[in-house]
Amino acid sequence: MGALQSSPGRPEYSDLAEKTGFSFEQIGVLHKRFKQLSHNEETLRRDNFNEIDDLAFNPIRAQIIEAFFDRRNFHQNGEGKVQEIGFEEFVVVMSHFRPPSAHMTEEQRGKTRREKLRFLFNMHDTDNDGTITLEEYRHVVEELLSRSGTLEKETAKCIADAAMLEVASISVGHMEPDEFYEGITFEHFLKLLDGFEIESRMTIRFLNMDTTTLCK
Amino acid sequence: MPSGTVSHGASGRLRGLFLVMVLVFLEGSVFTVAVASSDQHSPTTAHSGGHKATDHGSHNNTGKAFPVLDLNYENVRVPFEISLWVLLASLMKLGFHLVPHLSNIVPESCLLIVVGLLVGGIIRGTGETVPPVMDSKLFFYILLPPIILDAGYFLPIRPFMENLGTILIFAVVGTLWNAFFVGGLLYGVCQIGTETSSILSRIGLLQCLLFGSIISAVDPVAVLAVFEEIHINELLHILVFGESLLNDAVTVVLYHLFEEFSGIGSVTLLKGFLGVISFFVVALGGVLVGVLYGILAAFTSRFTSHTRVIEPLFVFLYSYMAYLSAEIFHLSGIMALIACGAVMRPYVEANISHKSHTTIKYFLKMWSSVSETLIFIFLGVATVAGPHDWNWTFVTVTVILCLVARVIGVVGLTFIINKFRIVKLTTKDQFIIAYGGLRGAIAFSLGFLLKKEHFPEREIFLTAIITVIFFTVFVQGMTIKPLVELLAVKKKQEAKRSINEEIHTQFLDHLLTGIEDICGHYGHHHWKDKLNRFNKKYVKKCLIAGERSKEPQLIAFYHKMEMKQAIQLVESGGGIKMPSAVPSTVSMQNIQPRPPTKPAPERAIPQLSKNKEEEIRKILRTNLQRTRQRLRSYNRHTLVADPYEDGLSDLFLKKQKMFQIEKKPASNKVPMIQVDLASPQSPDSVNLLDEFGQANQQEEEEQGLMMKPPSRPREAKKPSEEDEAKDPQKLMRCLSDPGPSADEDEDGAFLP
Repeated sequence: MGALQSSPGRPEYSDLAEKTGFSFEQIGVLHKRFKQLSHNEETLRRDNFNEIDDLAFNPIRAQIIEAFFDRRNFHQNGEGKVQEIGFEEFVVVMSHFRPPSAHMTEEQRGKTRREKLRFLFNMHDTDNDGTITLEEYRHVVEELLSRSGTLEKETAKCIADAAMLEVASISVGHMEPDEFYEGITFEHFLKLLDGFEIESRMTIRFLNMDTTTLCK
Repeated sequence: MPSGTVSHGASGRLRGLFLVMVLVFLEGSVFTVAVASSDQHSPTTAHSGGHKATDHGSHNNTGKAFPVLDLNYENVRVPFEISLWVLLASLMKLGFHLVPHLSNIVPESCLLIVVGLLVGGIIRGTGETVPPVMDSKLFFYILLPPIILDAGYFLPIRPFMENLGTILIFAVVGTLWNAFFVGGLLYGVCQIGTETSSILSRIGLLQCLLFGSIISAVDPVAVLAVFEEIHINELLHILVFGESLLNDAVTVVLYHLFEEFSGIGSVTLLKGFLGVISFFVVALGGVLVGVLYGILAAFTSRFTSHTRVIEPLFVFLYSYMAYLSAEIFHLSGIMALIACGAVMRPYVEANISHKSHTTIKYFLKMWSSVSETLIFIFLGVATVAGPHDWNWTFVTVTVILCLVARVIGVVGLTFIINKFRIVKLTTKDQFIIAYGGLRGAIAFSLGFLLKKEHFPEREIFLTAIITVIFFTVFVQGMTIKPLVELLAVKKKQEAKRSINEEIHTQFLDHLLTGIEDICGHYGHHHWKDKLNRFNKKYVKKCLIAGERSKEPQLIAFYHKMEMKQAIQLVESGGGIKMPSAVPSTVSMQNIQPRPPTKPAPERAIPQLSKNKEEEIRKILRTNLQRTRQRLRSYNRHTLVADPYEDGLSDLFLKKQKMFQIEKKPASNKVPMIQVDLASPQSPDSVNLLDEFGQANQQEEEEQGLMMKPPSRPREAKKPSEEDEAKDPQKLMRCLSDPGPSADEDEDGAFLP
């Protein structure tokens, strides 16, 4: 079944493979999943994502789904949101989670890191103004704690405030009492998560074989 | 010890060193006298018994003088000698750190073995028989458990679980490979030996295989001792260390298997099959026993809120029982201990008081430190004592084969493992893993346990084992540090465990789980997430008392950080003098969004004078910005005051109040930190809360926050200065000895 599927799609697969770095088998598996999620249509909508049961427990579900519809993640220098995505965009978003290849130069590693951090940044920066403001950061922390049962809004605010303070201290250093720290820019974000080794942590294993029949 | 000490610091160290040497000399002489007199006493006890009788008989007749000063060593002999040994070990430890530069060149384990050799030599030199100190029972039941418990309790769960597959493959397959390779080739060499063939050819295949299985296991004590000092990155550390812990199951099975086969003399296929089964039983059984006891300990700790003093005892007792229970059934005691410590830790820590937490940490570090020192010294002594049978062929072949087997094993296994790993192991990593396979005292003790009847070549084995141990500890132990520098292996990062990293760690976890769900395959993250949810829903409710069971990890982390900052405030006596790691003048004002033009609501808090306000603001600034540098290391030499001290929750609340006052001119929003004081452990804090409710507690608050205690923390322990009512001093008393500034607390929860 898998082999039959991949052969007619070969030319567009090779295009995608080159663009995203996935192998043909992996793209085939993803295509199967795409078809499963979209009920064999050409495009995916937000409702299709909402149907995935396993996502229901995830506290940041909304943000993850939004990330798929965010033009900034499509590597085409676009902005704003779309309502539906095709297979190509799906794969491009997924490619952010590819593990780094074994032999990478420092430059390539830096590039991968920037790409992944950019993805995270876009997830936080919901209004697309290039900075993560205090409100947006507070929202992030609140969402993270939203599944804890007791919605301790004040504590979430405190944590976000403390975190913001830390970023400001690290990035800017000296500020007069009446100066105002606008928000976390992408450069500050890079500096903040410098030691985080994100190129190896923000990865999942992409399968070469099809196991989607085993789960929903 | 900071190298920048002034000259009088250096002379102070020399003085200290001299004092230690004098003490050691005195102790050594006492020791030899003790050994000598004990030997004199034992054959003459019969005599003296008779003597005393005649004395008593003649007592009435001659009126013997009342013995004002009498020597009776026999009664106290055993505890006295034990204490002498422990004292020697501790003084040695002291001494090494006083000698400048020595600890940089030579790892401590080498020095300790040398000391052991010296002591053994001295004892032998005085003509006495060296006491058989390396008794296997003593080793396995007294000396080894503290080290393993320390390792298991503070095991960094996250990297361990992430690399569990790799670790297991190295531990199981690697050790099996080593054992069979060394054993088999050794047998071959023995058979084709030349003039010594008469001796060696008697060694059967099973004996060789048994020897191979003893010598092939990487030793956790030696690995800990050496790796502690080289600070390599976390991945390599956990790989080698994890391997050394988990290969115990393999060693136990192989040892018992071959020992039994040697006794019987024949091997059947069924026995081999049973051996494989027994491996699973030993490993999984050990883990099961450990988990069981861990859960028991966690459950017990739920009810200890009224008897805080014996909380640490439960932790130690349950763990030791787990070890002993596993040993009853010949299961892997080490794995039981690790499992027990790792399982109980997150729940116990949520339940016990802060002081108990510190106690546990200190005791574990202390015991494991002393144990390790004693083990190496005894190794040296046993080398001098033990019956030796040096056989050039056997020993050299063993050493070479061990090295070769290790290298081939690591390279071969890495090739296979890298196909499944996301972060591949580079050649440098493989080299360090291979080079870090040190053998140690466990191998020696296992060899010592061999019975002479089944193994006439026992002495040859022991000599070879000791040679291998010496080789790995001395040669590999000493050269690994320069090699790490030479190869520029990634070192351990000084982890700034900042709140941002914590937020993003959690965020990433959820993100990756979500992406996996979208992709449609149940990967690593999915199962971890499921386990986390199960843990939160069911397990935590049972095992954690009160409100803490619902506390999400991010909030717990945040509270911990606040506590740490509060401690710093206390330690610095006001916070103004302390240099901050990140010098910055950013404060809360700078990040609060400008409120829209709304008039600030009236507040009933009395106005502060401008000076006081400035001071308070300065204190809070230096306090809130600092992110602690945390060294994630197992270094036994550094241990700090624990952030969880009872009295500090008061300080926390005070700071909160100060925060309120500061915030007042800036904006209309007041961050309220709800501190969930789950257990009624600090009734003092409740009192303070009531006091704070009143608005005119101005003076007390200021005084509390200014925190200029009349004396430094150490001096405050003088009882005369203690004043029950005064909070700052009470806090000083609550603080245990702070120690140097590196914090080594491993904060990860069970399933972070």
